[in-house]
Amino acid sequence: MEWVNIIIQGVLIGGLYAMFAAGLALIFGVMRLVNIAHGDLIVLSAYIALITTDALGLNPLVAIVIVVPIMAAIGYALQRALLNRTLGDDVLPPLLVTFGLSVIIQNALLELFTADSRRLRAGDIEVASFPVAEGVWIGVLPLLQFVVAVAVIAALQLLFYRTALGRAFRATSDDQAVAQLMGLDNRHVFALAMALSLAVIAVAGVFLAVRTNFDPAIGPARLIFGFEAVIIGGLGSMWGTLVGGIVLGVAQAIGAQIDPGWQLLAGHLAFLLILALRPEGLFPKVQG
Amino acid sequence: MPEPLIEVRALDAFYGDFQALFGVSLEVARGEVVAVIGANGAGKSTLLKCIAGAIRSRRDAVLFEGEPIGDQPAHAVVARGIALVPEGRRLFPSLSVEENLIIGGQLGRPGPWNITRIYELFPMLAERRHMASTSLSGGQQQMVAIGRALMSNPRLLLCDEISLGLAPIVVREVYARLPSIVAEGSSLVIVEQDIVQALRAANRVYCLQEGRVALAGSASTLTREAISAAYFGT
Repeated sequence: MEWVNIIIQGVLIGGLYAMFAAGLALIFGVMRLVNIAHGDLIVLSAYIALITTDALGLNPLVAIVIVVPIMAAIGYALQRALLNRTLGDDVLPPLLVTFGLSVIIQNALLELFTADSRRLRAGDIEVASFPVAEGVWIGVLPLLQFVVAVAVIAALQLLFYRTALGRAFRATSDDQAVAQLMGLDNRHVFALAMALSLAVIAVAGVFLAVRTNFDPAIGPARLIFGFEAVIIGGLGSMWGTLVGGIVLGVAQAIGAQIDPGWQLLAGHLAFLLILALRPEGLFPKVQG
Repeated sequence: MPEPLIEVRALDAFYGDFQALFGVSLEVARGEVVAVIGANGAGKSTLLKCIAGAIRSRRDAVLFEGEPIGDQPAHAVVARGIALVPEGRRLFPSLSVEENLIIGGQLGRPGPWNITRIYELFPMLAERRHMASTSLSGGQQQMVAIGRALMSNPRLLLCDEISLGLAPIVVREVYARLPSIVAEGSSLVIVEQDIVQALRAANRVYCLQEGRVALAGSASTLTREAISAAYFGT
């Protein structure tokens, strides 16, 4: 029964990784931009949630409705003012600029909030759990987080394949120059994609901050988890990122059970294994 | 003489240091079909890209309905009513046939064209509407590309090498649809290497040679000899 509990925990934390990954995959898919600052933006949203809950006395899970539009607005502005200028035939400028952005965000958070670990308090829900079978317990908060992650992924999938905005994303991703001939302003389309990406990680950031301690330096590791989940899942579908997140989460949970020091190592090994055996990921993009 | 729909005045165009067009001037009247012919590298596609805004030029180098639009980006130019069918069709591979058409009409410009009318114009697209655009034959893809451009209800439709890579019978079929497009109120500029086809479809012809207009005139009065001289530069 112990192993069942461990696998369940791994699956549930996988939902969080899937949300990290979905934001990354969205940006890469639409504009071929690898956002090195992604992890630090997750941490930024955790701090924005911290300020909001402190100032308004809200439960962090309620504060999500405030953090999401703030992060989306930051995403739109960031893309229009900065990142659009880095996009072109060369892949290096966006990498360097988002790397610089990562350093700036980390240091600004360090200045403002010090290096102390913080945590969001969500009340009794943090420790609540219920039995599903003899000796198998599921935590309410991890389950809620997983359900939210599935809902976010499903919403993204629907948006991509069933709405005008999704069509604009796919067309711009296929052929930027021709998309402009259709009347799509790619600067605006890219900014909307970044806004959506940061809206997703705002949700992820709040759940992260409720689950674990955070400080300004933990961003890069979240970026790695997101990357690994994207690569494992493949770029073919948003559901791929969910599977990627779950594989990573389960691998980490199993590793941690064998030896606490093996948690991250096991995740990286699972990632390397997939990369070696199936470099296009479990759900590859189908090329027409 | 009434104001032309589009007027290109002394247009120069560059790719980096390379100059592709030298003082090109051209006019298209309302309801007119104009062919632009010339050899490879004569600057035909460049001219269309400049009109469509895919390449920015001097503000007053392109006048549309009397207004300067040379410096406008492509997405603003299509909103004014100029659509380009790009060379090589360039459909969106991740989109179905119908989604390609819908995205062409996403600005919602009013006019005679909508999905139903496009399927009437090209009936063979209707039964393939949910297929991936890349699974179609070359001719069908060309029809989607033309339909996608028409969905923006353009006053001026620019067609770049629509016969490229198509069998002669398919080319005739595509060209047979052009009169119905003109009848709905669009003017046409067609860029072609297939001179016979172009002369048959057009009212007037411009022949480009190494980035300059070498010859211009009415399609019915230009002699074969004059055209071939302008085409090959002999």
